[in-house]
Amino acid sequence: MKNQIRPALSMFAMFTLITGLAYPLLVTGISQLAFPHQANGSLIMRDGKPLGSELIGQNFSDPQYFWGRPSATASVPYNAAASSGSNLGPLNPALKEAVEGRIKALRDADPANTAPIPVDLVTASASGLDPHISPAAAQWQLARVARVRGLSEAEVDKLIDAHTEKRQWGFLGESRVNVLALNMALDQVTHSEAQR
Amino acid sequence: MTQHAWLMLGLYMLVLLVLAKPLGGYIADVMEGRKHLLSRVGAPFESLLYRLAGVDREKETGWLAYAMAVLLFSLLGVLFLYLLQRIQHGLPFNPQLMAAVSPDSSFNTAVSFVTNTNWQGYGGETTMSYLTQMLGLTVQNFLSAATGIVVAIALIRGFARHSSATIGNFWVDLTRVTLYILLPLSIVFALVLVSQGVIQNFAAYVDVQSLQGAQPQTLAMGPVASQEAIKMIGTNGGGFFNVNSAHPFENPTPLSNLLQMLSIFLIPAALTFTFGRMVGSSRQGWALLAAMSVLFVSLAMVTISAEQQGNPLLTNTGVDQSVSQSVSAGGSQPGGNMEGKEARFGIVDSALFATITTAASCGAVNSMHDSYTPLGGMIPMALMQLGEVVFGGVGSGLYGMLIFAILAVFIAGLMIGRTPEYQGKKIEAFEMKMVSVAILVTPLLVLIGTSVAVLLTDGRAGIFNPGAHGFSEVLYALSSAANNNGSAFAGLSANTPFYNLLLAVAMWFGRFGVIVPVLAIAGALAAKKRIAETSGTLPTHGPLFVALLIGTVLLVGLLNYVPALALGPMVEHLMLWPAQ
Repeated sequence: MKNQIRPALSMFAMFTLITGLAYPLLVTGISQLAFPHQANGSLIMRDGKPLGSELIGQNFSDPQYFWGRPSATASVPYNAAASSGSNLGPLNPALKEAVEGRIKALRDADPANTAPIPVDLVTASASGLDPHISPAAAQWQLARVARVRGLSEAEVDKLIDAHTEKRQWGFLGESRVNVLALNMALDQVTHSEAQR
Repeated sequence: MTQHAWLMLGLYMLVLLVLAKPLGGYIADVMEGRKHLLSRVGAPFESLLYRLAGVDREKETGWLAYAMAVLLFSLLGVLFLYLLQRIQHGLPFNPQLMAAVSPDSSFNTAVSFVTNTNWQGYGGETTMSYLTQMLGLTVQNFLSAATGIVVAIALIRGFARHSSATIGNFWVDLTRVTLYILLPLSIVFALVLVSQGVIQNFAAYVDVQSLQGAQPQTLAMGPVASQEAIKMIGTNGGGFFNVNSAHPFENPTPLSNLLQMLSIFLIPAALTFTFGRMVGSSRQGWALLAAMSVLFVSLAMVTISAEQQGNPLLTNTGVDQSVSQSVSAGGSQPGGNMEGKEARFGIVDSALFATITTAASCGAVNSMHDSYTPLGGMIPMALMQLGEVVFGGVGSGLYGMLIFAILAVFIAGLMIGRTPEYQGKKIEAFEMKMVSVAILVTPLLVLIGTSVAVLLTDGRAGIFNPGAHGFSEVLYALSSAANNNGSAFAGLSANTPFYNLLLAVAMWFGRFGVIVPVLAIAGALAAKKRIAETSGTLPTHGPLFVALLIGTVLLVGLLNYVPALALGPMVEHLMLWPAQ
């Protein structure tokens, strides 16, 4: 036992330095050189200031924007400094209540739309920061966004299409639409039409 | 299951096999000290480490000294990680000025990461400084994984050697696993993850305006990729962020998700080939891999189907839960039970991840298990309760499965009235006593721990969801801790002195209450003579043995846990889907 103490202490110290300092510093160095955009959060800049991240969803409640997944993060939705899911079990009455509340908000914003609502639009994401919705969830909101913005549905449909990412290599993940990117594109179209 | 789900599952297993086989051979070369890919580059450095640590690489030890080294090294790890959390507020790399972590939480986390459990009572981005994440948590991600692997290698040596008084040198084994296997894999994988969008920086959190403007956002930052890579490769599972691999900065794309799923099973699968190589018969390794694969694929099918069914309580609210790939009919959507899941992963990639992470003792999550359907959540729980032997943790999966293999030949021996033997070694009273300890210690911790928690006010206070699901939260927590998984039904408020202490005890004894008997078996087997194979020897590489092994694993698991599962997920399932 006694002759194990020196190896234990020195091995622990050396591997702490190798795996806890040298390794992350090496990976940071290479990442910052080879992939600076990704390594720093895939930030979107506007007028020299960060507007958001391509990978992190934002809260949208204005009817002129597409809305994202409901978020269960604490104090405010889409709190990107404290990620969290709802952790509600399938039988918890609070789950049904929350879903019904979201359905009501969506229907109030577009009373004419009586189609069933795609499930991802009324259930909280795992991270609370989900940047995507399904193409079906975007289609469901198409009429509302077009009407509020005074755009034609065909025009908005084209934008959704352009921002739909298909399954990676045809089988990985799900088809999805990045809500922030779509909404930025919408703003741009509305802006250029206003100038015309 | 949809066609897409079958395709995904099939491709996953295929790619895994293609990657694991060569790695298994490589691990055998490394651990037996033969020439390998990195030996020329690493040899001078390896020698330097031995010299500085005063280790004589030629000097091997018996099992008891080996076990003492494991325990000493792990205790040291707990002590250091505890202290680091307690004083992190005074140390550098802390741009968010995180305060010292509370004593009970620090203790829980220290035990958790040293035992390769990586249960997290805390939320990473609101608790830990970058220094703690790197110098504390990342280090233990490496060292606890390496410890698991070397114990498995020691057990393999028990079978491979004969009339030997030693089973290896812990310090040499530890150094080789870390330098030649874990570090190179992690560096490559971390960089691939960064290319996909996983962050890697030391910046303070970034304030962004947000498009709608009314509500600015603060984005958490940090050296994520370097921790993420070893978290998956070492089946650790402790996330940098609170929501683990569901966070877009930890797991941004479907491709990163596939790679993370592959990296969880990579070393556990490779070790079955290492086993075959080291005992001199690759078919022996294939048999273990076959048993693991059959169990895994059948259970994955249940999880995926259960989640694709959706939640019947939402059917009449005007929600569309149908799986649709058609772009024309209203657009495509994943459908199913999407509460607590990410849109980029949908149902299949989430349910598959959940099955993989609990079959292996990883515990990383890309969806919230607490929001799964009753059956979808029961499979991950049951996989942990089987003892984490379906691929299992790095090393721990293999030694766990070998323990079951010994039990299987013992049961077969009883049935046909012969002395049981495995890999040419007679299985006798001492080995069977140790096997019993190793198999029974975790069910005892889980069942007694769960009973204690639901009997005490402090235990019940943590429960979040009402009814049977609340009981499942506690059962899941104890199953996860004692089997060193680390995933959670995360609604449970576990960051209390009561749960921090209870779960730390479960994690510690669930880890070393198995490792010590396993090393004792290794020592006893290594000392035995090899006996010749006769016509009366039960072959341990054919379908008959695979079936026997699967039967043994299931039988032990069912006998231990069916009553407890009946009170949780089974009742809940009947309540959710009442007879029409």
